[in-house]
Amino acid sequence: MRYFIVAICMLLALPLGAVQPDEVLDDPVLEQRARDLSKGLRCLVCQNESIDESDASLARDLRILLRERLVQGDTDEQAISFIVDRYGEYVLLRPTVTGSNWLLWAAGPLMLLMAGGVGFAYLRGRDKASEQTIEALSDVEKSRLAELLNDD
Amino acid sequence: MITELGHFALILAFLVAIVQAVVPLIGAHKHWYGWMAVAEPAAKMQFLFTGFAFAALTYAFVTSDFSLRLVWLNSHSAKPMLYKISGVWGNHEGSMLLWVLILTLFGACAAWFGGNLPPTLRARVLAVQSAVAVAFFAFIIFTSNPFLRLAVPPFDGQDLNPLLQDPGLAFHPPFLYLGYVGLSMAFSFAIAALLEGRVDAAWARWVRPWTLAAWIFLSIGIGLGSWWAYYELGWGGFWFWDPVENASFMPWLLAAALLHSAIVVEKRESLKSWTILLAILAFGFSLIGTFIVRSGLLTSVHAFANDPERGVFILMILGSFTGGALILFAMRASAMEAKGVFGVVSRESALVANNVLLAVACFVVFVGTLWPMFAEMFWDRKLSVGPPFFNMAFTPFMILLGVILPVGSTLAWKRGKIGHAVYQMRFVFALAVALALLVWVMQTGRTLMGPIGLFLGAWIIFGASLDIWMRAQRKWDRLLRLPRADWGKAVAHGGLGVTMFGIAGLMAWQVEDIRIAEVDTPFMVGGFELELKGVDRVQGPNYLSTMGRVILRKDGTEIAVLNPEKRNYPVAQMPTTEAAIDYRFLRDVYVVIGDPQEGGGWTLRTYIKPLANWIWAGVLLMALGGFLSLSDRRFRVGAGESKRRTRTVAAE
Repeated sequence: MRYFIVAICMLLALPLGAVQPDEVLDDPVLEQRARDLSKGLRCLVCQNESIDESDASLARDLRILLRERLVQGDTDEQAISFIVDRYGEYVLLRPTVTGSNWLLWAAGPLMLLMAGGVGFAYLRGRDKASEQTIEALSDVEKSRLAELLNDD
Repeated sequence: MITELGHFALILAFLVAIVQAVVPLIGAHKHWYGWMAVAEPAAKMQFLFTGFAFAALTYAFVTSDFSLRLVWLNSHSAKPMLYKISGVWGNHEGSMLLWVLILTLFGACAAWFGGNLPPTLRARVLAVQSAVAVAFFAFIIFTSNPFLRLAVPPFDGQDLNPLLQDPGLAFHPPFLYLGYVGLSMAFSFAIAALLEGRVDAAWARWVRPWTLAAWIFLSIGIGLGSWWAYYELGWGGFWFWDPVENASFMPWLLAAALLHSAIVVEKRESLKSWTILLAILAFGFSLIGTFIVRSGLLTSVHAFANDPERGVFILMILGSFTGGALILFAMRASAMEAKGVFGVVSRESALVANNVLLAVACFVVFVGTLWPMFAEMFWDRKLSVGPPFFNMAFTPFMILLGVILPVGSTLAWKRGKIGHAVYQMRFVFALAVALALLVWVMQTGRTLMGPIGLFLGAWIIFGASLDIWMRAQRKWDRLLRLPRADWGKAVAHGGLGVTMFGIAGLMAWQVEDIRIAEVDTPFMVGGFELELKGVDRVQGPNYLSTMGRVILRKDGTEIAVLNPEKRNYPVAQMPTTEAAIDYRFLRDVYVVIGDPQEGGGWTLRTYIKPLANWIWAGVLLMALGGFLSLSDRRFRVGAGESKRRTRTVAAE
């Protein structure tokens, strides 16, 4: 029955348990590194959850694997690339800035520059518009104004 | 029988919608008043028919009529009444019916309250609104009909997804849809204005209350969803950057931008074409949200109806409405000439900066949400874009927004002095910096996030307070006589600050503890003492619960008994966690119970979450601010008239 429930949890990606007490490393510094790293790794059978949050057994396996690597003395980068080599870049919740991904990372700043530029140009236009508008008004409105004043 | 009547009413509503989408539009074009007048009774009838269809479906759910396929799939006779009713929209077909019910409700409201609109504009607004309705009626009737019967009715239903059997989630979808669909009004007004070829201050004044209402509902809906995720999903996150969350967040950001740009149109007759574009995009993003949730294109925790055929249908609706609207916009936008003149340093330009930041932030969320799909389509890369990306790419825009908000909102209209505005804010700034420094010294951790977040929150809250104080010319008696819009602005901005406080506190100083807790053995977490007293099996109405009794003590005195639960729903064959939370003003203590261990004891997870409540309190304040602004006199028909008259009488 318990396996059945676990299987269903996997299917529905319900975060019932996440990190279990028996996984926690004795060294608090190492454990904190493991927690930080696993927040950036995706649970492969879940929908949009990190292995830190997921209760799926595969996520648990990955958490244990990650901790094993760290205990063996891997740096953060080595541990991550060890997992990426095996599961592909799909596991990275924070996409790398490689290949076409630069566009993803640059999208915000580029758009801000563009929108800021257009916005500033517009504001300058509104600022400059003042003199023209006053001239344009005086031409058409003068006669109309005179008419209205004469009516009274 | 009632079901069939409901089905029939739905089809009638569809037919009325077709008439309403065509006849008034021709009437407005040709200036035939009889044809234009069709719109109003049609809008009301459409709403009544759809309302009847929805009531019929609700009746089927309430009476557990399992001959209806939808009821059988999503209900159970043992389910509590609240969830029988919320089960109506806890599924694809029913939620679509709710969607169009709200769509027709907004149409009917425009017919009821739109008496002061020029007749051609009103006819066009109602026709466009109805055109949207036609598309969604067709979608429901042809691809997702909720009224389908089963030839052989089963004895009992398959139950609603237990995660959805929760009071917070029962009201999450209606609010969200009120927001999504409310933006359709802004869209209809935008299209009608493009057809008329005229946008003026009056137009902005009409469109603003609808946008405001939609934004309020969207805020409440998102807030409810986020609060639900916090207490239900078992580790107390409040935002996951899930595609479906993003789908509701993007229209919210654009609606917030639209609210602000409509002010410029109303006061200065500028930013007209941008405001029209925003109105189109905001509703476009609502449609994109609907598409993301229902197409199965993006995997997500709460995507329902993963059906490609339906996805294609919604994509067609999305393409034709946004595409058509944008083409119309491209043709007509040049006709809308800006009138107002203002300097580069002015309230107007501060509002432009607000719009730039909100729109770019929305764009970032949009790109991030759809990037996995793009990457797979164009470069054959399977990758994920998760919370770490959004936190990094999105947050800077919000920080920037927070920094300029207090100064921008006190700048003078037309031509302001940046030095003066900044100088006014010097004490607020000093206060916020002092608070941030205090927190920086007091905190044990190393993060900058907490102090920065508290600085921003304090800067915005105190800035909003100073703003309204200056509006009242620093006199107490004037404070209460200020227009409600001023109060709305202060409360909504303050709410944003409160939310920033909460987010910073929760993310920077959360304490977490995972352990195997033995019964009757106290343990300490972040200054609190917890003790598991026992674990009971409890029978609920339609579930079995494993309920722990945990005593929470602070300095030796008992402050709460917490009952974390694990529930199992036998019909749906699915477990859920119910976290036990001790809500307090400055922090929550959040306890989750896990599995029993072989050597005795239970897995117990404890979190101390500082300022968690502030996140939702801030959202509520933002909604309240919107509501105050909505109730301002200038949006009420004739209210200004009567007030003015009484005042003259009194003067005599």
